[in-house]
Amino acid sequence: MDRGKFVERVLFLLALSSISSLVIITIFIFEEGLPLIFHTGLKDFIFSSHWAPTKGHFGIAAMIISSILVTLGAMVLGVPLGLACAIVLAEFCSERLRGLLKPTLELLAGIPSVVYGFLGVIWLVPLIRNYLGGPGLSLLAAAVILGIMILPTVISISIDALTAVPDVYRDGSIALGATQWQTVHRVVLPAASSGIITAVILGMGRAVGETMAVIMVAGNALKIPTSILDPVRTLTSNIALELGYAAGRHREALFATGIVLFVIIMILNLSATLLARRK
Amino acid sequence: MTISPADSDNYQQCPLEGIITLRSLNLYYTGFHALKEVNGAFQQQAITALIGPSGCGKSTLLRVLNRMNDLIEGVQITGEVIIDGENIYAPGTDLIQLRKKVGMVFQRPNPFPLSIYDNVVYGPRLHGRPPRRELENLMEHSLAAVQLWDEVKDRLKASALALTEEQQQRLCIARLLAVEPEILLMDEPCSALDPLATLRLEELMRELKKLYTIIIVTHNMQQAARVSDDTGFMYLGELVEFGETGQIFTRPKDVRTEDYITGKYG
Repeated sequence: MDRGKFVERVLFLLALSSISSLVIITIFIFEEGLPLIFHTGLKDFIFSSHWAPTKGHFGIAAMIISSILVTLGAMVLGVPLGLACAIVLAEFCSERLRGLLKPTLELLAGIPSVVYGFLGVIWLVPLIRNYLGGPGLSLLAAAVILGIMILPTVISISIDALTAVPDVYRDGSIALGATQWQTVHRVVLPAASSGIITAVILGMGRAVGETMAVIMVAGNALKIPTSILDPVRTLTSNIALELGYAAGRHREALFATGIVLFVIIMILNLSATLLARRK
Repeated sequence: MTISPADSDNYQQCPLEGIITLRSLNLYYTGFHALKEVNGAFQQQAITALIGPSGCGKSTLLRVLNRMNDLIEGVQITGEVIIDGENIYAPGTDLIQLRKKVGMVFQRPNPFPLSIYDNVVYGPRLHGRPPRRELENLMEHSLAAVQLWDEVKDRLKASALALTEEQQQRLCIARLLAVEPEILLMDEPCSALDPLATLRLEELMRELKKLYTIIIVTHNMQQAARVSDDTGFMYLGELVEFGETGQIFTRPKDVRTEDYITGKYG
């Protein structure tokens, strides 16, 4: 066997191993979690909000609702901000400024999530407690922190979508007497819409899956929130908080929670991929 | 090529005034001298063709006329461009009004990724909120003017991108007519079209010239000869020779023009 063939084989095996780790993870969480779902019944597991694992009650509805609300809150804050930022960077600022600002924004993605959580605890939580009331550790705090954390995802994918819009559209619009904003608003944004929706969906996936920062600022109380100032516990927080001492059915229930998360993230990523392909 | 620019000035036979008058126009693109001392006058309700080899500045000159070069960083312009008696490079010029008056058709058809209807009413909607009835009249009128109405009247809500290239280019012209311009700038408008479609589009240009002033940039000398009233030959940023089309093609005065139209280069 010559050298080239050998290297090719080795690289192929390495590539295969990274894909197989995905397959193994999938099999593992399903194998560990499915028995509990069969035991409790999918309906009770998802729609009951009674979570008392040591007494045999495994309902994750409160956490699903909390996860959804935290994610929606993060979207409400992060998407307009991220989109506005992307529009400015892609359409209105000079090449030089963009070259400076875009890598800076991408640095945001490199900051460890525990640092976001730390900032949240030190700065945001007291602010909410003092000015808005409640314990401070809350749905609102988690949503704000996540809203900032999804910015790099939303911004950089939106910028890619905007810059992929051919300049002939912009020229055509400007030549008809449109202002730059009219051009962005009426031609560029509609033309980039599928890419921008992809950016939003991927940002959503990031928000659903984030754990550490959320544990630190969300308060982690096990109940369905009635106000944005209530403390909440998300699906991911619950797994991270309880896995250390869980055993038996309890442990299975946490893996089953993982299955629910897995399915949510898969649906989000698949729809993002499909949208990006549709163009 | 031994003729110096000074000699070539003798061959400029431009009338002094036109709907568009250029006076000592120079354009620099980050240090590159792209248009050199261009003087000329383009006549109303006529077709003026600009010909010359690639890179001679003819498209740049076209984009000077509705200030599309403003979008490119590093472009500097000196001299005067007078349209309807006003220097469009004077400070305080309203670019939106200018571009409404001086519209542009591009090399490749560039309908927006919207419906046929939304493409045509795009311009009027930018400049006000005309009532629906008025928009629909304007749209029908514009599409009819480019002989596209009968082909698309049953699918106005369909995407403009589903049309053929020729239909797309006609749609782009209709989109322009809907803002009621006076001058149409056409930058090699047929370069994406087959020969028959090209002939049909030239027919349309002759029709349009009854109402509009048309300046067309073309690579295709036969096209310039077929369709234009006046022709300007450009070479290396200079407007070498300008005159009545028949004269330029049969009795060019500058040896560079002659060499170009007889196919010695270009």
